[in-house]
Amino acid sequence: MRAQTVLKHFLLIAGSLIMMMPFLWMVSTSFQQGGFDNYVEAWNRVPFQTYFLNTIIVTGLTVIGVLITSSLAAYAFATMDYPGRDMMFLLFLSTMMVPQPVYLAPSYVLLSKLGWVDTYMALIVPWTANVFSIFLLRQHFKTLPKSLYEAARLDGCSRFGYLWRVALPLSRSVIATITLFNVIGSWNSFMWPLVVTHSEELRVLQVGLSYFNQEQSSNYQLLMAASTFSVLPLLILFLFAQKQLVASYSRSGMKD
Amino acid sequence: MKKGSRFTPYLYILPALLVVICFRTVPILASFTASFSDYDIGGFHGFTGFENYQRMFTDARFWNSVTNTVFFVLGVVPAGIVIPLFLAMLLRGELKGKTVYRTIYFLPVVTSAVAVSVVWTWLFKPEAGPINGVITALGGDPLMWLREPRGIFEMMLAPTGLKPRGVLAGPSLALVSLMIVSVWKSVGYNTVLFLAGLENIPNTYYEAARLDGAGKWGTFRHVTWPLLSPTTFYVLIMSTIASFQTFALVYVMTPPPGGGPLGTTNVIVFYLFQKAFDRFDIGYASAISVFLFFVLLILTIIQRRVGEKRVHYS
Repeated sequence: MRAQTVLKHFLLIAGSLIMMMPFLWMVSTSFQQGGFDNYVEAWNRVPFQTYFLNTIIVTGLTVIGVLITSSLAAYAFATMDYPGRDMMFLLFLSTMMVPQPVYLAPSYVLLSKLGWVDTYMALIVPWTANVFSIFLLRQHFKTLPKSLYEAARLDGCSRFGYLWRVALPLSRSVIATITLFNVIGSWNSFMWPLVVTHSEELRVLQVGLSYFNQEQSSNYQLLMAASTFSVLPLLILFLFAQKQLVASYSRSGMKD
Repeated sequence: MKKGSRFTPYLYILPALLVVICFRTVPILASFTASFSDYDIGGFHGFTGFENYQRMFTDARFWNSVTNTVFFVLGVVPAGIVIPLFLAMLLRGELKGKTVYRTIYFLPVVTSAVAVSVVWTWLFKPEAGPINGVITALGGDPLMWLREPRGIFEMMLAPTGLKPRGVLAGPSLALVSLMIVSVWKSVGYNTVLFLAGLENIPNTYYEAARLDGAGKWGTFRHVTWPLLSPTTFYVLIMSTIASFQTFALVYVMTPPPGGGPLGTTNVIVFYLFQKAFDRFDIGYASAISVFLFFVLLILTIIQRRVGEKRVHYS
């Protein structure tokens, strides 16, 4: 039994080294020759400050939008009764089956008709509703006892008041899951911003990093420094929220 | 007590509904319509029936992208089941440092595909990259990795004098390099899914197997594997669907134009992307996306059907 545990740890440590190796190489290369100066140099060579700011703005507003639209829609889907509800829910769910690359080209045409290409609008607005988040929250709202709702209404709580003061505070864990998923999705999204923005002022981090990679393809120290500071915010978030995040991922079986 | 108008529910749904209709439903339907029309940089030039589809079925570069994608899926999906299942078996139960291991294996999942690609491009560099550094230190010959257009079977059989061609040459080493990164990135996610699946198997089954005198392998074959099949099937379908859509890794590690050495890493979504945004051939790109849609739809339907019938539920 003892030997078996040792073998387990041996295999798991070997696996961990393979998993960590790219990160270790990234960090160690980033400090080669110039030390921390590589970071300063990479940061200043292209406007990474702008890229970060754009990413923070886009991620922040997208997530706020998702939280608002999901709370409202999930509430109406879970607790209210009205004609067309199930049809609309089906319409929402059906869009989840279609992957992003399928509608990418027509989306671009639509955005250019709206005059939104190369604006924050294009980066944010289409992602302010997330069907999966609506679905998760609706499932949770459905588990709240009906008596709770009736009691709150009898106490003079308005419909919206119930959502705001009773239902949402009871949904902290689901809200956290939705926030984490959307922060990660938005921060890491690449194809969409690559397509819908052209100017450097609107570049988000992922797009900026990919251009930096093309321009500096042999300047490893700078590339690794830029990669390091690009992944750092999410890695820190992950280390703090890792329990909640892993649980969310495994419960919902959902990646992006 | 306010009753609220009967329009109130719709007001709650409206914000989400507007976004979903404008930016999902409309573009999805437009994609179907555009696939039957001539739509390019100059705009809409009328409907052309099945012309885009006819062109697609005779387009060698398109079929090349399909072949590459199938190679990619066939490489990534089995590895993405076997390795995580093995890791989950090791991690199962009470184990010191379980959380630490799980965190480490999960790190690549939350890391951006672009950053991951930048780092692996450097690891794979033929001249100065650390992977070739290790290989030469061990006395092997350095490989071209992401710049190698030769198929891996062709490379393996080279010493024998055999020269397989076409599909038989296998995926290029460049494409295999991308597969390695893809597996590395998703191992942690699938491990967590398998771990959840394993922990759902009631202990009574294992006790029964132990009483029956089943060995390790017997227990795995007759208890773990069948009872885990819903998870395995879920992982199988989800990673197939995800692998069909690989883009960022290909785009960053084997940048355009081309899609890798001699187009050997040109996968469907990459090809679609090039047609749509380099050539602005929206009509043709839409036909490709409709093709992709139906492939993924069929896979989803198979998941439902087979999932109901063949998978063992306790």
